[in-house]
Amino acid sequence: MPGTPHIEVSNLTMAYGDFVVQHDLNFVVQKGDIFIIMGGNGCGKTTLMRALVGLQKPAAGTVYYEGEDFWNVSANDQERLKRRFGVMFQGGALWSSLSLAENVALPLHEYTCLAQARIDEIVSFKLALVGLAGFEDFYPAELSGGMRKRAGLARAMALDPDILVVDEPSSGLDPLNARHLDDLIVELRDGLGTTIVVVTHELASILSIGSNSIYLDAETHTMIATGNPQQAAQTGDAKVRHFLSRGEL
Amino acid sequence: MIGTQTSDAYASDLQGWQLEKQLKGDQGLEIILAGRWCLDQALPSWEVLKTELGRNDLRHLYFRADHLAAWDTGLLAFLSGVLKFSAGHDIAVDCNGLPAGVQHLLNMASAGPEQNIDARRQSKAGMFSRIGVATIDFCRGFPEMLHFLGEVTLSMGRLLTGRAQFRRSDFWLEVEEVGPRALVIVTVISFLVGLILAYLGADQLRLVGAQIFIADLVAIGMVREVGALMTGIIIAGRTGAAFAAQLGTMQVNEEIDAFRTLGISAIDFLVLPRILALVLMVPLLTLYAAFVGMTAGLLVSYFIFDIGFFEYYTETLRALEIKHFMVGLSKGGVYGAMVAYAGCLRGMHCGRSAEAVGEAATSAVVTGILLITIMASLMTIIFYRLGI
Ligand SMILES: Nc1ncnc2c1ncn2[C@@H]1O[C@H](COP(=O)(O)OP(=O)(O)O)[C@@H](O)[C@H]1O
Ligand SMILES: [Mg+2]
Repeated sequence: MPGTPHIEVSNLTMAYGDFVVQHDLNFVVQKGDIFIIMGGNGCGKTTLMRALVGLQKPAAGTVYYEGEDFWNVSANDQERLKRRFGVMFQGGALWSSLSLAENVALPLHEYTCLAQARIDEIVSFKLALVGLAGFEDFYPAELSGGMRKRAGLARAMALDPDILVVDEPSSGLDPLNARHLDDLIVELRDGLGTTIVVVTHELASILSIGSNSIYLDAETHTMIATGNPQQAAQTGDAKVRHFLSRGEL
Repeated sequence: MIGTQTSDAYASDLQGWQLEKQLKGDQGLEIILAGRWCLDQALPSWEVLKTELGRNDLRHLYFRADHLAAWDTGLLAFLSGVLKFSAGHDIAVDCNGLPAGVQHLLNMASAGPEQNIDARRQSKAGMFSRIGVATIDFCRGFPEMLHFLGEVTLSMGRLLTGRAQFRRSDFWLEVEEVGPRALVIVTVISFLVGLILAYLGADQLRLVGAQIFIADLVAIGMVREVGALMTGIIIAGRTGAAFAAQLGTMQVNEEIDAFRTLGISAIDFLVLPRILALVLMVPLLTLYAAFVGMTAGLLVSYFIFDIGFFEYYTETLRALEIKHFMVGLSKGGVYGAMVAYAGCLRGMHCGRSAEAVGEAATSAVVTGILLITIMASLMTIIFYRLGI
C-alpha cells in the first residue's frame, strides 16, 4: 500500500567513537519505494545502512519500523523485525565454506518448513533471477567479484523479505549485469511489493530506478537533500546537482 | 473449490494453495491457481503435474489465476519448474493468465545475461580416490616445502648483503609477540615440567640412595632437551598458528598479490621478520624455561625430599657445563626456525577462503611440531656422535 510510512528515521546520528559520520538524519521510506541513499565515497552510506538493519547502534536517534522503535524494543522484538529485511553487503559476504546453493538455502532451512526438494527449486530460481543459473555447486572462492555480489543478492532475497537493503549492488558489475540488476529491483518492487533501500553512487541506477532518495554530504556530515532523484537532478541543492551531473553543473 | 469441470484437484486447507487442471481444446491444458502460494507453508512440487504435462498430445498450456490471493517465490519456483519442463517437451506456454508481476519475474529468471560455466566442480569422489588424492597432495607438498625453503634462503642472502626490504618495526612487533607475551604460558608449563622431572628422578634415584642427583637430572634435562622442546611446542601452538592465520588472511584479501605486483618480495617483507624474531627469541625463552624448571626442581627437592637448598645449588652448578647451554640454545634456535618456517609456509600457500585459513593454521601447528620432533632426534644423534 504505497503511502504508509514503512521505515522512519528520526534524528539519527552515527559515530565511530568521537568521529561523527552523519548527524541528524530524518527521512521516511514508504512501502513500495525504491529508496536511494547516495553520496560520495566515505560519506557514511554503509554506516547508515548498518544502523538501518540493526548491526550498529546509532549514537543518537532511532529507526522506526511501522511505528516500532527498533533501537528501544526488546531483543526478541529486534530479532522479529530483523527477519523482515534481507541485506546484501558491499562485498557479497557469502559464507565461504558453503556452496552458492547452500548459501541461499540456509535462511530457508532456518525459517521455513519447506521440504528439501522445494528449497532446491527455490534456490535454483533465485540464482536464475540474478543470472547465476547453473552455479549452484560453486563455492564463493571460485567466483568473480561481481558474481559473488549477485549471489549475495540472491541470498538476501531468499525469504522474500518485506524490505531489501542492498549496498552498492552495481559497482563491480558489467553494464549488462548492472542493467539486469536494476530491472530485477524494479520487478521485485512491482511484483512482490518489496520495499528496497539501495546504497549506490551509480548515476544510471539512481536516475532510472529511484523513487525517493537522500544525499549524504561528507563535508557537513548530514543529509542535504531528499526527494525524487530526477527532480533533485533538475532543481535540487547545488551540491546534489553537481554530484548527479558528474561535476558538470 | 473453484471451477466446475475439474478433472482432478490437489488442494490443501482453505488458508493454503489450490491447484486445479482442466482440459482446453484437444491439445490444451489450463492450470488454475488459487489461494495463497507463499513460503510460510508446505508447497507442492511442480511434479504433481508431471503426468498431465507428459501427455504426448499436449501442445498448449494456459494459466488462470483469478482467485490467487497471495504469492511469492513459492509460486515462482513452482511455475519455473513447469516452464522448464514445457520448454523441453515442445509445449507452447501462454502466461497471459498470470499476474503481470509473476510474468515479469519469470522472464527475468530466464533472461539473465549469458554465463558460461566451464570450471565445473569435481563431483564427490569415492573413498579410494580420496585416499589417492590425499596421498598425491601430500607428496606434492614436499617440492612445495623445498621451494619455499629455497625462497627463504635467497631472502636470507639478500638480508646478509643488505638488500632485503622489510620494516624494522615489524620485526620488533613480532619479537614482542613471541617474547614477553609468551612468558606466562612458558613459565607455567616449564615449572610443571621441572616438577615432574624432579619427582620422576626422586623415585628412581631413591633405589640407589642418590637423591641428590635429582639436581643433575633436572638441570641437564631442562637445559639440554626439555626446555627447548617445551618452548618449541608452545610457540608452535601460539605463534606458528598465528603466523599462518595472519599470512593466510592476507592471502585471502589479495594483500600478498599486491606486494607481488609492486615487485616487493612478500618473503622479505613478511616472512623474514617473523623467522628472525623466532630464531632470536626462542633460544632466550628456552634459557628462561630451563631456569624456571630448575627452580621447580629445587623447590620440590627442598620441600618434599629434604635436600638442602645449598646442596642442591652446588650440585646443579657442578652438573652444568657450558656445552649443555650451547646445545639447548642451538636447539631453541632451530626449533624457532622450524616453527616460523612451518607457519609462514602454510600461511603463504593458503587458499582463498575462511576455511582455508583455518586449515592453514591447523596444518602450521602439525607441521611445526613434526619438524621440531624430527630436528630434535637428528640433533640428539649428532651431538651424541660428536660427544657434546
Ligand atoms: N569501523 C570503523 N571505525 C572507524 N571509522 C570508520 C569505520 N568504518 C568506517 N569508518 C569511517 O566512516 C566513514 C564512512 O564510512 P562508510 O560508511 O563505509 O562510507 P561509504 O559511504 O563509502 O559506505 C569513513 O570516513 C570511514 O573512514
Ligand atoms: Mg560503503
